[in-house]
This record gives sequence, C-alpha cells and structure tokens, in this order.
Amino acid sequence: MRSHAPAGRPSQLFRNLNSKIALIPMILIALVVFLGGTVWTVVYSFTNSKLLPRLKFVGLEQYERLWDAPRWIISIQNLAIYGILSLIFSLVIGFVLAALMDQKIRFENTFRTIFLYPFALSFIVTGLVWQWILNPEYGIQSIVRSLGFPGFTFDPLYNSDIVIYGILIAGLWQGTGLVMCLMLAGLRGIDEDIWKAARVDGIPMWRTYIFIIIPMMRPVFITTLVLIASGIVKVYDLVVAQTSGGPGIASEVPAKYVYDYMFQAQNLGQGFAASTMMLITVAIIIVPWAYLEFGGKKRG
Amino acid sequence: MRALKAILVASVLMPAAHAGAADLEVTHWWTSGGEAAAVKELAKAFDATGNKWVDGAIAGSGGTARPIMISRITGGDPMGATQFNHGRQAEELVQSGLMRDLTAVAEKEKWKEIIKPASLLDSCTIDGKIYCAPVNIHSWQWLWLSNAAFKTAGVPVPKNWNEFVAAAPALEKAGIVPLAVGGQPWQTSGAFNVLMVAIAGKDVFQKVFGEKDEDVAAGPEIGKVFKAADDARRMSKGSNVQDWNQATNMVITAKAGGQIMGDWAQGEFALAGQKAGTDYTCLPGLGVNEVISTDGDAFYFPVLKDAEKSKAQEVLASTIVSPKVQVAFNLKKGSLPIRGDIDLSAANDCMKKGLDILAKGNVVRSVNQLLSADSAKQLEDLFSEFFANPSMTPDAAQKRFADIIASAD
Repeated sequence: MRSHAPAGRPSQLFRNLNSKIALIPMILIALVVFLGGTVWTVVYSFTNSKLLPRLKFVGLEQYERLWDAPRWIISIQNLAIYGILSLIFSLVIGFVLAALMDQKIRFENTFRTIFLYPFALSFIVTGLVWQWILNPEYGIQSIVRSLGFPGFTFDPLYNSDIVIYGILIAGLWQGTGLVMCLMLAGLRGIDEDIWKAARVDGIPMWRTYIFIIIPMMRPVFITTLVLIASGIVKVYDLVVAQTSGGPGIASEVPAKYVYDYMFQAQNLGQGFAASTMMLITVAIIIVPWAYLEFGGKKRG
Repeated sequence: MRALKAILVASVLMPAAHAGAADLEVTHWWTSGGEAAAVKELAKAFDATGNKWVDGAIAGSGGTARPIMISRITGGDPMGATQFNHGRQAEELVQSGLMRDLTAVAEKEKWKEIIKPASLLDSCTIDGKIYCAPVNIHSWQWLWLSNAAFKTAGVPVPKNWNEFVAAAPALEKAGIVPLAVGGQPWQTSGAFNVLMVAIAGKDVFQKVFGEKDEDVAAGPEIGKVFKAADDARRMSKGSNVQDWNQATNMVITAKAGGQIMGDWAQGEFALAGQKAGTDYTCLPGLGVNEVISTDGDAFYFPVLKDAEKSKAQEVLASTIVSPKVQVAFNLKKGSLPIRGDIDLSAANDCMKKGLDILAKGNVVRSVNQLLSADSAKQLEDLFSEFFANPSMTPDAAQKRFADIIASAD
C-alpha cells in the first residue's frame, strides 16, 4: 500500500520524528543489552572459556558434553514435570478460585488478600517455609504421626523419586494467588448482560463458564500463560532454598546447572551452552505462539 | 563558621595522622563456630598493627562464597584480601593479572625456608612468582568417632575403617546412624577421596588425580574403593542433614557413630567442650593408611590502586605467616600450622597425630591442587548422585568416574 502513497508527502522515516527520537534509548537498550547479550552468550558457548571468557572455538564440544551429563538430563526432566504440572494446576486452581470468588461472596477482600499473600513472599522464603513443613521430623509427617498414625510417611524432600513434587507444591502455593487475581480481573471485565442473556437462555452455569466466559477471557489467559511459563523456565531459588538440588542430584533444574557450572566449576563455556539450550527451549514455545498471535493476519 | 573551618581542617589532617594504616576488607567463608573463633584471632593480630580488619564473611561454605568473591574481583570491585583454598581455584585470576605478586614480601621474610611442606608454597607459585600467603594446612583424611555412640551400641570404639563397617549393624540396632554425611556435594566427593587414599594408597591417588590415568581409574584398585564407598553409602542412610557442621554435630551428640571429615571438624568438637580421646576418637587415614593431604587455605590479594591499602596488604600477608598468629589461629581452627618451627605444645591429641604424620612426610597433594574446579565439580555431581541413589551400582559409578578422569584437565 505504501508504494501508492501520494508524492510530496514527507518520507516515512521522518514521520512523527519526536517520538522516534524519544524511542532511541529504548531501541539501543533492546539491541545492546538484550540482543547483544544473547548473541554474545551464544557465541561464547562454542568456546572453551573457563573462568574468564576467551575466544578459542571448540565447535560443539560443550554441547556434546552437556547432553552427556546425567545431571543435565535430570534437570531437563525435572523442568518438564514441574513445568507441565505447574502450568495445568496453577491455571485450573487459579480459575476455580477466581470463579468461586466471583459469586458475590462475603469478605471477598479478606479472601483475596489471603490467597494473594504468598505471592508477596520471595521464592527463597517460600522454599524455606516449605522445607520446614515437609521436613519429616518437624512438619506434616510428625504432626500426623502424633495424631495417632505412627506409620504415616510423607517426606517428599528426602525421596529422590518424588522430590520434584515437593517443590511443585511450594511453587503452586506461591503462584496461584496471582493467577487467581488475574482471572478475577478478567471475570470482572465480562459484561453483566452476557450472564443475564445466558440465564435467560437457560444455560447452566458451568457451561456458561466453559463455552462463553473462558473464550472471552482469552487475553487474560495469554498474559497469565506467559507469566507462569517465564516463571517456570527460570525456577532456581525455590530449589536452592528447599533442597539445593538434593537428595543427590534428584531435584536439579537447568538454571541451577547454568549457575553451578559458570561460577562454581569456573567453566563459562559449559554454562553458556546450557543457557543457550534454555533459550532454545523458550524459543520453541514462544515463537509458534507469537506467530499465531501476532503474525499472519493483521488486525484492527 | 570557625567551627566548620576547624572540621574541614581536621578532615584534611586526619588521613595524614593515620599514615600507613588502612581499612582492609577481608572476605572468607569461615562461619561455623570454631572457624569464627579462629578468624577473630587473625583480625585481632591485624588490628594490632594499626590497620583495621573489615570482616567480609560469606556464609554457606566455599561453593557459595567463591563465586561471589570471583565476581567481585573480575567485576572491578576487589576486596583487600580474600581466602581461597590454595591450589587451582585462583589460577586464572592470577594469569589475567588481577592478583597481586607477593614475591617481595616472601623473599624479605624467607617464606621459602620457613613454610613446610614446600608444596604449599608451590601451589601459591605461578611462573616463579608467589601470589598467596598460606595460612593453614587442612587434611581431609580423618574419621571422627563418637565414643558415647559406641558405648550405647555396646561395641568397642573401632580402630580402623573395617572395624567401623563391621560395627555398623550394632549402631543401627541402637537407633544410631553409623556414618553422618551432609547433603552438600563436596562432602560426598571429599569422603570418596579419603577412602581412596586409605584403601588404594598414596600412589594410586597420585596416578588418578595427578597423572589423570584413566586405566588406573577404571582398574581393580579403584574398584575396591567404590566397594567401600558403597558401604559408606549404606551406613549414611538417614543422615538427613545439609551442612558439614550439622553432620559433625550428630557425632558430638552421639546421634551418629562417626563422620569422615577434614580436621576442621575438630574446631566444632573443641567448641562443644569435648576432649579428644575421652569424648571422641580421631583416626587419621581412617586408621588404615596414615597419610594426610595438604589441603588448606591461603589468602590472595587482589591488585588495588590505593597505595595505603596495598601497603596494608603486605602487612596482612606477613601477619598471617608470623609464628604468633600461626599458633593462635591454628589452635582455634584445629588445623596444622604452615611452618615447622613453632611450638604447638598446647595442641590436643588429634593435632599431635597430624603434626607427627606431617613431620614424617606422609603427605599427598590435595585434590584442589591437582584438579581444576571444573573436573572437581563433575566429580561432586557424580558422588552426590551416587550417595543419594542406592540403585546406582558401584560399577556404573566407577565407569563414569573413569570417564571424568579421562577428560579432566
């Protein structure tokens, strides 16, 4: 369409010049800090940098070592389990809580505060709190045992097979409050008339939610999804506070691998290779979605 | 107005009055009870020189502290001095010119003649120049046993590793965890290295970690060590603690029979008021093979622009090596002094055993001096998995061990 613009109009480049000048710092930051940093990391992941970065290329060696390391494989598996379950549960629980909250109940403010409160705590504090709750000698196990069930065992943090679920519980406790609030805001944005119309048509409430309200809340769901997903990929402090990767290496996560190999093992190359893999994982999820959402058709 | 002038004049004069004295921030990871007491001795001695020790303790052991220290040095915000384990941890920092050359101080005070064993100064030396001041010798090869725990179990206190393994069922029956092992990764890989020196001997240790001989690492000698590690894994079940000093505390309170831990554990026993021989027993080299390693700590001094602080760095370096500080510090810390010419008659039984072995020269170089941080970390990953996962067989673990040694640098 642009080629048909009438002659004599100021060039596209100088249109709205003020706002373009104002944007320069933002563009520079995006290019240098985000894009530049990313490219730098990817480039150095092909080198054998140790404590300090140096440009001595070794091809794919770091990646071969990475995918041979049992600890990395376990980290990926843990991230997959934690990611999928935390995505499903925080969306479902968050939405159900919001829907319940939306029934014009009394003391809504109080409940909202209670549910949102954990979100005000950092992951480190959350991790420590749940470390105590799940500790077999002080926490749930000892309470239930003292109530008269001496055979009761619940020690997820000390059992390699289920330790990741112990971390998941803490993650959900911390995160669902925020999801609930976002969902509640979305529900409040739905026009009252739609509910009235649905009621007139005699549609049961659960069907109204699933077939009318949820599709209407699509933007809210997408925002929430992005928030949860980015939280999942970078999960680190929760694990450090709760188990520091233990027992053994059973609850390791990719972000911790990156940190440990960059700084403890003084092997930047290996850490960069791992963080590049994390970037690719994110890209695989984000790119198709962004394409569907923003690309293809032009809206409005 | 006059008052203001006076203050201004005073503020100009003040630094002049304190010429040669400076505040020096010293970072270290000595935070457990015994360690903190030892650091106070160092700080006291340094303050007595007219300078000021600004304590920069970083909690959470070396694995947590070292990254913070390194990123401060590489990030252009260096401290006055910092602890590292002498060995290869600071190698690259030195090579890129971020650390200060101490050769002048060392020559003036004749470190080459007084520091024993010589390997300590060797690991501070890169390209003929000396970059660190060793402060103590720590050896890993100790088994600490709780006399009270064995009394409860009704068995005599073992005299070596094999007797200890044999006594394990009796301890378990009495509800005592035979071997306390904390969850921090370096504890399990450290314990394995101790077993290697004790069971396979000094030469095998040197072949594996010194020469990185993968055939030896995959061979029958190391196979025996993995069998012993399997015993240790079984005996450590139920430890459920993280930090090394919590594990030591299990031995002190007789909740555990014993612990394989370096001689820094001694500081904890001393702090709890326990006496070597009556309350606890120490077996160097696990009672099998009395060889100790010369691990330890050293202070490195980053290059600073401030001339006064640089001078204070020299003062601190010579304070650390001085006989008086060596005695005071090492008695509190439970470590061995870096010089042979001082009187340690106040040392307890365990320390005397260590001094004896040191005098005989039954020493191996430490893993920190032989392996890069990268290889050491891979071994930590392997052993923390091995100790936590009973389904991992000793053979499978040995195969991975040999792979890591083959690719080690």
